[in-house]
Amino acid sequence: MTQQVMSKNSGAGYIKNRIPAMSDVKHIKLPDGSIEKQTTTLNLGPTHPATHGVFQNIVEMDGERIVSSEQTVGYIHRAFEKIAERRPLYQITPLTDRLNYCSSPINNMGWHLTCEKLLKVKTPKRVDYLRVIIMELARVADHLICNSVVGVDSGALSVFLYVMQYRELIYEIYEEICGSRLTTNIGRIGGFERNFTNTAWTKLEKFLAEYPKVLREFENLLTRNRIFMERTIGAGPISAERALNYGFTGPNLRAAGVDYDVRVHTPYSSYEDFEFNVPVGTTGDCYDRFLVRNQEMWQSLSIIEQAYKKVQEFKGADAEVYHADIPEYYLPEKKDVYTKMEALIWHFKIIMGETAIPAGEVYSSVEGANGELGFYLISDGGRSPYRLHFRRPCFIYYQAYAEITKGAMLSDAIITLSSLNLIAGEMDA
Amino acid sequence: MALTNEFIKSKLTEKFGEEVYNFEEPYEMLTFEAYKDDNLKVLQFLFDDEELKFQFLTDICAVHYPDKKGQELAVVYHLHNLVDNVRIRFKVFTDINQPDVFTATALYQSANWMERETYDFYGVNFVGHPNLKRILNVDEMDYFPMRKEFPLEDQTRIDKDDEMFGRGGSIW
Repeated sequence: MTQQVMSKNSGAGYIKNRIPAMSDVKHIKLPDGSIEKQTTTLNLGPTHPATHGVFQNIVEMDGERIVSSEQTVGYIHRAFEKIAERRPLYQITPLTDRLNYCSSPINNMGWHLTCEKLLKVKTPKRVDYLRVIIMELARVADHLICNSVVGVDSGALSVFLYVMQYRELIYEIYEEICGSRLTTNIGRIGGFERNFTNTAWTKLEKFLAEYPKVLREFENLLTRNRIFMERTIGAGPISAERALNYGFTGPNLRAAGVDYDVRVHTPYSSYEDFEFNVPVGTTGDCYDRFLVRNQEMWQSLSIIEQAYKKVQEFKGADAEVYHADIPEYYLPEKKDVYTKMEALIWHFKIIMGETAIPAGEVYSSVEGANGELGFYLISDGGRSPYRLHFRRPCFIYYQAYAEITKGAMLSDAIITLSSLNLIAGEMDA
Repeated sequence: MALTNEFIKSKLTEKFGEEVYNFEEPYEMLTFEAYKDDNLKVLQFLFDDEELKFQFLTDICAVHYPDKKGQELAVVYHLHNLVDNVRIRFKVFTDINQPDVFTATALYQSANWMERETYDFYGVNFVGHPNLKRILNVDEMDYFPMRKEFPLEDQTRIDKDDEMFGRGGSIW
């Protein structure tokens, strides 16, 4: 590999050494007696209904079997790490929304927790529990999409459409808390922007009452469904050893039999206060991944219920706590900014970068819906990070795709793709 | 026995002596540096040692420090021992004019794309990498966009004040 020439002048005349993608593929000669003389190249993506996102797979096929494949990612790269180097901490939250957009609240919370770790802020228990509720709701929403899409790719569209209404319930809760649904930008450094309203709690109760029944029905439709089992068992398996070597985390790693869960190993946001199981699989195939995700949804529901109980135990003034008492970092509520002198001063100081941010480097991670979402933040004491790196779980484990689909049927590769829970937004940052 | 930072440090100094240095513990995570030619030796030792077992590669990324002459680029490895649940951070620094660092792909499959990403954004040339080409940016790009010499905004603008971003300089 030769070192590329670096030009200081960005943009000007850089089109050279163009590398063609498809036309450059070398066909593999098949042995005598085969129907075809050579392998066929098939281009899946960048926009293809089966990829559920913008990324490309160029596969070499011998009939229906995949001989080799090459992945291309980066079609929706938006340079978040670079942008973050010019933004104050509180303005980076919306960037994290757009990583894994199926569970933005987890990314938001992960970022707040990273900042709080850097700033050495301790959040009150109530805030932690509220965060746990939001994060677990997001996990349910994410797993619900992923698992029902596995259903879609095996031909069961109705399940997907059915559970979609219940994801809607979760989105309504987000909406009640922060005002938005998909890219939530929920919470702030130190807590939430406002306390949960009564409507939010009512909606949560509605969700907790209705959802278990739906989830059970969802499982009834798929888990022991003969067609679904035939399609997913043995499709895209990975051993625990290979999964670890490939940097798998989250449900995909647990489906291979490794009980690694950031919530348990390195508890954050008071996860140590909750009772829950970490479901593991054995073979790491699509079916195990499906089962692990389903079990995790049950566990999440149980965590949400526990957290809701704990939140209800706060009485009086404690029940009004929704952020840490850190005026130098927590953006005050807007109505206070307009009416109270102190809030106005802090608001001004935070926005103008007058508050001291310690220099240091910190790695903090949360259990995202598809794996360990890490934030590596280097601060030089400036208002914005000196360097911010996101450890995006699916960027790392997507590398294994070529290996686990080698020799598989094309249709198995499609179902493997959806059961790995790849989110293009997260992969490309 | 719990795997403490002191123990890891003593193990490393026992094995490598002066070749590993700058031990720190920012926010409880053991951080150390090594010469860039030794990076594979250190990683291999951390991987193979019976007690250390840092067999999970969490992350690789690079950092650009334009002011450190001869050591402009840092390659940062985050390693995780899943059995004892200990994380460490390991850095090597390299000259930006000759950013050759040995690849960790032989130890960790996951290093493949992480190193490609690092190459893509910082131009770190991972020697021995099986497929070192750009991954997120377009293939035609001939510069490394995350380096600090490419500011996000046009630096000739005078209507914005860098002081507002907490770092020196003023237009007045």
